[in-house]
Amino acid sequence: MALDQDQVRDIADLSRLQLDETQIAEYQTNLSNILHLVDQLSAVDTSDVEPMAHPLDAVQRLRADVVTETNQREHFQKIAPAVENGHYLVPRVVE
Amino acid sequence: MTMHNKTIAEISRDLTAGEYSSAEITQELLARIKAQDSTYNSFITVSDEQAIAQANAADACRAAGNATAWTGVPMAHKDIFCTNGVLTTCGSKMLSNFVAPYDATIVDNFNQAGAVSLGKLNMDEFAMGSSNESSFYGPVKNPWDTERVPGGSSGGSAAAVAARLVPGATASDTGGSIRQPAAFCGLTGLKPTYGRVSRYGMIAYASSLDQAGTITRNAEDSAMMLNVMAGFDAKDSTSVQRNVPDYTASLNDSIEGMTIGLPKEYFSDALSADMQQQVRNAIAEYEKMGAKVKEISLPNTHLAIPAYYVIAPSECSANLSRMDGVRFGYRCEDPKDIEDLYKRSRGEGFGNEVKRRIMIGAYALSAGFYDAYYKKAQQVRRLIKNDFVSAFNDVDIIMSPVTPTPAFKFGENANDPVAMYLEDIFTIALNLAGLPGMSVPCGQVNGLPVGLQLIGNYFDEARLLNAGHQFQQVTDWHLKAPNGIA
Repeated sequence: MALDQDQVRDIADLSRLQLDETQIAEYQTNLSNILHLVDQLSAVDTSDVEPMAHPLDAVQRLRADVVTETNQREHFQKIAPAVENGHYLVPRVVE
Repeated sequence: MTMHNKTIAEISRDLTAGEYSSAEITQELLARIKAQDSTYNSFITVSDEQAIAQANAADACRAAGNATAWTGVPMAHKDIFCTNGVLTTCGSKMLSNFVAPYDATIVDNFNQAGAVSLGKLNMDEFAMGSSNESSFYGPVKNPWDTERVPGGSSGGSAAAVAARLVPGATASDTGGSIRQPAAFCGLTGLKPTYGRVSRYGMIAYASSLDQAGTITRNAEDSAMMLNVMAGFDAKDSTSVQRNVPDYTASLNDSIEGMTIGLPKEYFSDALSADMQQQVRNAIAEYEKMGAKVKEISLPNTHLAIPAYYVIAPSECSANLSRMDGVRFGYRCEDPKDIEDLYKRSRGEGFGNEVKRRIMIGAYALSAGFYDAYYKKAQQVRRLIKNDFVSAFNDVDIIMSPVTPTPAFKFGENANDPVAMYLEDIFTIALNLAGLPGMSVPCGQVNGLPVGLQLIGNYFDEARLLNAGHQFQQVTDWHLKAPNGIA
């Protein structure tokens, strides 16, 4: 499966990654090569094979619905890029 | 022999015997790191102050009569493990300002055991790489030949132990990231069974494959580290509830009668004659010790890399979505809106290999492609697992090379991601199956170390460590040090 440059831009957009326009061709080549590598899978007959999500086929463990975390807002917000009055600051989202 | 050349087990015994204090060996290793690590670049952060405080506390604990095997023993952590109050970068610009607000469970385990952490070790960015060339903090040099890579992603862990800057280090393995650097640097690397060691606080790359483990000089030290790390952790939803044996207790068991499976697919033309010979010699040593050898087949081996490069990127594209420039980590300058904030923070914060894998994952998981890629890869994953399950009906342990070649030179594979991916051809299937694996030094080619891979059945770490230790009783490859390091 080879990607064209517009597909590369679309995937970057889906991934919320700003790519340098001069690198698009390089990504196109590398991503196409990787997809070509994984395309070997399509030749395998897996019609009766159950997908394997966990090596030990474990299922999600449940626990009692009780509060286990304490409030550490100030501790965690110390490493945030921008905060104000206990809120994370981002550019205006709603006009 | 000076202190820096000691193994973990030797240091533990020396501290017990009062040969020197934890403060003394900690100071010596910190001075050695300061003097020599500019050559290797194996540390991202050296935590002098914390290390000295931990060493003093350990000496006080010993004086009070409360010492255990690990009290005062120095080690270091791969920079993928969160360390409370210490910079935790995961090799990325994205986390270049991330001072972790909590400890990973295994970091806490070592702290509780009384170990002294000297700092945080360099790695491929977000553990994505096989050469340590993708680190934002610069490549790590292989102490055996500084023009060559140490392997990856745990390249800093391997180089620091090989250069005798630290006797042992934590590491992580998603597709070979412990075993391959251990092989390239002449060390012993252990990747436990998936779920055996907690992943809590280990920055996630591919959650269904990631597993924490160890890089040490020998199998005995690996067993000592695993004793500290292994066990159930309620904070990791994939952690396995199962008793932890004392891994040092069975090191001296006889391996007579053990059946070794040699997968014919791992001894193919991909392996040079020189490499093949070293691995065959090692297996002959096992036969001398009374082990039996049997050829086996793992027929889906060739599908491991394709399956991995769907599953790992898919999971990484989800895991790394948390790096958005809002709550922690790198944020771009003057974002004009929220979209711009996300895209530029991530575009500027991630390196090329990470971006490639996020994009492959986003593509594979996008609407209409899920069945063709992710589901298909998970089905192939089961076929790969079934190969191992049926092989273990006939054999006790599987042995193979770790890598197709010894350590390669910088730049050799750097511009061709697919060529780099193929480096992991012998290590990656285990991660898909979730099995434990170990790398043990077993020879040299052109003066560079070669690793023997031991693959165990689920939760059979004790057997791997036993087999590794027994090999190290009759060979001296694990005692060899790089030129100029003694």
